[in-house]
Amino acid sequence: MSSKGLDARFSTEDKEKIIAAGMDLTNDTRKGTFVQEDSDTIVSESFTKDVEILSVKEAAEKISDFQEYWGKAFDAIGKEYDEETDGGYFIRVKAGAKVEMPIQACMFIKKQGITQKVHNVIIIEPGASVYLITGCASAKAAKESAHLGLSEFYVKAGGYLNFTMIHSWDNDVVVKPMSAALVEEGASFISNYICLDPVKDIKMYPTAVLRGERARASFNSLIVSHEGTLQDIGSRVIFQASNTQAEIVSRVVSLGGKIVARGHLNACADKVKAHLECRGLILSERGNIHAIPELETGFRDVDMSHEAAIGKISKEEIEYLCSRGITEEEAQSIIIRGFMDVDILGLPEIIKNEVKKIEEKTLREGL
Amino acid sequence: MLDINRLKVDVAGKRVLDDINLKIDKGEVFVLFGPNGSGKSTLLKIIMGFYGYELVEGSIVFKGNDIVGRKVEERVKNGIGIMYQHPPSVTGVKLRQIAQRLTDDENKINEWAEKLELTEHLDRDINVGFSGGEMKRSELFQLMLQEPDLLLLDEPESGVDLENISIMGKVLNGYLSHPDKSALIITHTGYILDYVKGKKGSVLMDNRLWCVGEPKEMFDSIRRSGYEKCKGCVCPQKG
Repeated sequence: MSSKGLDARFSTEDKEKIIAAGMDLTNDTRKGTFVQEDSDTIVSESFTKDVEILSVKEAAEKISDFQEYWGKAFDAIGKEYDEETDGGYFIRVKAGAKVEMPIQACMFIKKQGITQKVHNVIIIEPGASVYLITGCASAKAAKESAHLGLSEFYVKAGGYLNFTMIHSWDNDVVVKPMSAALVEEGASFISNYICLDPVKDIKMYPTAVLRGERARASFNSLIVSHEGTLQDIGSRVIFQASNTQAEIVSRVVSLGGKIVARGHLNACADKVKAHLECRGLILSERGNIHAIPELETGFRDVDMSHEAAIGKISKEEIEYLCSRGITEEEAQSIIIRGFMDVDILGLPEIIKNEVKKIEEKTLREGL
Repeated sequence: MLDINRLKVDVAGKRVLDDINLKIDKGEVFVLFGPNGSGKSTLLKIIMGFYGYELVEGSIVFKGNDIVGRKVEERVKNGIGIMYQHPPSVTGVKLRQIAQRLTDDENKINEWAEKLELTEHLDRDINVGFSGGEMKRSELFQLMLQEPDLLLLDEPESGVDLENISIMGKVLNGYLSHPDKSALIITHTGYILDYVKGKKGSVLMDNRLWCVGEPKEMFDSIRRSGYEKCKGCVCPQKG
């Protein structure tokens, strides 16, 4: 399926939501594109021979070793998963390939009252590296819909995966992603999560397993919680090999919703370096932030730490900006945008600027 | 330029400024001395309209209009600029962002940044990890972009080494040599007086202004005899 004319396929209103979730519908800045609407695959196209992009349905027929991956990452962490899914993507990057421009995948909910259930498989072969932007969005008309997304990541020896997921839902959509990543020797898995728009209920606890020495994982989140929202969002790293490291960093802002910011670092080997950091701002009396950082190990030779801080914006900082001629409302918005620092995401310049723009726009309109 | 009349200010129910009268003409530099905690910074903050200070009585007239009750940003747009003694760190907000709010002229930003050795600081979070001297240069940098008519300088030399005082002193002297620009300067060490020529000086002590005189002379006298002596002095001009 070709991506030509993708831009013209969507209404202006839908397009706005899809672009807010990080998609480039012109494909000018992408090396591959996958788009699913409700349960239909609209596009699955790679612009480089180094990357395979197929719907999972197609992959199950054409990819000979497909069954070696399907569900195996969930098995590895002992998680049961829903076998009845309808769609999803299969993306594989060839060994040694360095894909300079990002590939993108979009899960879009168009219809009202449906449950979109997808199961994705991402394989980074040894020494390969790629940036993957996944945008999940719903049309304004998609009332009372739900999105259940299963994602399995296989980052093989020396591989690098930078996975950035941007959610752009509406205030009556329920979202339950489930992710597991198996990270082998010397490989890096970076998972960025951005959710600035309203949503009804999100619950997720992605897990990375560091299975080989010098494997690395990093989970970074930027979350804004609007009134009437419940966001229960955590990240977990299980260190199964020595000399591995990971960090979990989150910045959360409650405008009236409830955020549970979880993090769990579990060192099952020695010489592990791990850090967890959660910073939160509460801007409304109805807001609620609950940070639950957990560190766990039976080994002495580990370096694990966590810090969590929740507070309000200091009056002094706002006044300082006002003393430079900025209004109080604008000063608050500048400080929040600064707090939701895109620099924590470990993105290359090209994606960083894009994400910054999306964030600026969303926060400008949403605050 | 600035005319303060019978000003009384409370903080948390306690009187911190009592019956302050102060007049600064266009082009005039007024120097304020006084021991710690005497209310000098409070006076600057109340002129800015900062939070936490209750104006019980009196008026603050700037360019002919009473500005009491005006918002901070309105006062700034009207031409008042402040140099903080201890500016707060604002994580995630770059010095360049503020600079671009103060002027549209990128060349001006770059020129002043270079002159005040702040080029590398432009893309850093404002005041985060800045040294004392860097903070003060950054404050002055912002003022130079803002180009206020009335500068409120709260101990511009505190925490700054002599080399930095010299850089800042020269910039301030250049700016204030303009016949339309005025300033109210708080100083403890008096170093800034080596660069900026003040016309009038006064001592703020026990919440009140005591005498008005030639700043250099006053400072020398304070250095010789301390502040208490001021109270006994027969003032040539009662503040």
